[in-house]
Amino acid sequence: MSDIKYILGSFGDPDEMMHGIEKLQENGVSIYDVYTPMPIHGIEAKLGIKRSRIDIAAFCFGITGTCAAFALIYFCAVIDWKVNIGGKPSFALPDFIPIMFELTVLFCAFGMVLTYYASTHLFPGRAPRVMDLRATDDRFVIAVDAKDNTAHTVIDGLLKDAGALEVKYNERKYISYE
Amino acid sequence: MSGHNESILREPLITGDNITYAKITDDILMPVENKPNKAWWIGFIVSALGALLWVVAVSYTFWNGIGSWGLNKTVGWAWDITGFVWWVGIGHAGTLISAVLLLFRQNWRNSINRSAEAMTIFAVICAATYVVSHMGRPWLAYWVLPLPNQFGSLWVNFNSPLVWDMFAISTYFSVSLLFWYTGLLPDIATIRDRAVGTRRKIYSIFSFGWTGSVKTWQRFEAVSLILAGISTPLVLSVHTIVSMDFATSVIPGWHTTIFPPYFVAGAIFSGFAMVLTLLLVARKVLGLENYITMFHIESMNKIIILTGSIVGVAYLTEFFIAWYSGSEYEQYAFINRSTGPYWWSYWMMMTCNVISPQLLWFKKIRLSIKATWILSIVVNVGMWFERFVIIVTSLHRDYIPSSWAMFYPTWVDVSVFVGSIGLFFTLFLLFLRVLPSIAIAEVKLLLKSASEQAKMKQIKEGHENKEYVAEYVESLQKFDSVKQEDYAKI
Repeated sequence: MSDIKYILGSFGDPDEMMHGIEKLQENGVSIYDVYTPMPIHGIEAKLGIKRSRIDIAAFCFGITGTCAAFALIYFCAVIDWKVNIGGKPSFALPDFIPIMFELTVLFCAFGMVLTYYASTHLFPGRAPRVMDLRATDDRFVIAVDAKDNTAHTVIDGLLKDAGALEVKYNERKYISYE
Repeated sequence: MSGHNESILREPLITGDNITYAKITDDILMPVENKPNKAWWIGFIVSALGALLWVVAVSYTFWNGIGSWGLNKTVGWAWDITGFVWWVGIGHAGTLISAVLLLFRQNWRNSINRSAEAMTIFAVICAATYVVSHMGRPWLAYWVLPLPNQFGSLWVNFNSPLVWDMFAISTYFSVSLLFWYTGLLPDIATIRDRAVGTRRKIYSIFSFGWTGSVKTWQRFEAVSLILAGISTPLVLSVHTIVSMDFATSVIPGWHTTIFPPYFVAGAIFSGFAMVLTLLLVARKVLGLENYITMFHIESMNKIIILTGSIVGVAYLTEFFIAWYSGSEYEQYAFINRSTGPYWWSYWMMMTCNVISPQLLWFKKIRLSIKATWILSIVVNVGMWFERFVIIVTSLHRDYIPSSWAMFYPTWVDVSVFVGSIGLFFTLFLLFLRVLPSIAIAEVKLLLKSASEQAKMKQIKEGHENKEYVAEYVESLQKFDSVKQEDYAKI
């Protein structure tokens, strides 16, 4: 068996790449992943990727922020140290709203983005796991696992028929590792 | 997206006839991947000198205290708060472009959002330095935070708009930074994959290991949309709270319920003007005419007319309400604004903010780069005067005529302000060199649907309504980056 790990179909056009995905799937070739320089709408459905649940996380983080802000203000201004301002009630809810709103946004934004970074393994200094350096520039790359799909010549043909400008055989999974 | 044609009636968002995905990357990364030219160096040196002046003036203030400014017993807030509100306002356009226009699916935002967001961040940095330096004892700046302390756990006053403001500005800054940086990841990865050696290593660290896989992009879009959704009310709340610093006080001229919407409109107004000031120059110097087109400039000018008119109506409403309130102090505050010793600043504000932006109703002026650039600066001068008028003119004649005073800025006041402009431009020029000034990935999205060449192809296929095509070709006349002769044949 050869040392080829991944077969990459490198397309110059997103529509041709989508066509390539269809072709491969019709022929029972499973797709490992697709790397593109921009988001491709409709690709998730093709590849059977479920809807992201990040919005649920965002809501939970947001509501935590609201509660945290309320708890903080309530503790400081109502329980711990009441400031007598002209005899006005210390539990002045309308005055609490601006900070409750700001902390909702703050918690929601940071919680959601950090969840996103964690779930997609993005963090400063992470070694980029890139299969084709042009996938962030002008190429739309379909990666096929060469061990699972052994009919290499068929895959090659399908990709080229669909309009792939180049078909690469990578012996290393990621070419960008140092 | 791709595969679906856009209506031919819409103006193209990318012009030029040989644009490919690779060319978009090359064009936008040109300033990042090459040595700076002379124009950049001149701009940078001038701005850096300004930033140096800022360092000197702020250090002088820290060392000697607020007494080094021209404040007096009557006018206790002057250029510092004017500068603060001015900068925060300028910052608002970035969030507006990146968040509000995203929610409204205005695709023209894609080529201006990146630099507008960068501008937001730098403007908020300038604003924040004013907040810290006007505290008098900046080393105690942490006192604005609700921290446990040794003074019998006396907390900050949560009823005070100044405390709300601290929460608002710091949330605004950090969320804007997060939004901007997350959007930058794919573009940093593009630079990384094209670079070699140390450059690649550095960009690699900052790219967080971005690969552009399907799931990453899918979640990226979800995250961007939600961030836009929460940033939209955030940006409105920030300037609302800034205006409450004034509106919740009982000073005649400040105690006005119209302040929140009026400040927000003013903020968008000045922010768009600053975006134009920066981008008209950047477009020319960096050769980005195909991406930041006359359509973008015209659209921004239209927003300036709208928000400028809202601000104009707000000025008149304030006057009417002062009269209608029947409160003689309120009435005097406004008569004094327009005819008192600071009449010139009031009329400067009126001319720059209300009258001159109306010139943009004329198509010729709206489409002239020179006129637009000059007007964008005029707007920002006007907006600075607006804050000066609200702050200094409302304070300088208080209830006892014996304490009436004038405000005269010292060299420190002037230097902090001029220096903050230098700091802003220094940061912006550095940004242009190290990060892409246009969101590469987002512009690529438009190539197959909203570019001039895609529309040209649509016309050539011949399925389009002739009238619509004629209208489209006519709309192209305003573009300075379109070769008109290509359309003469059709």
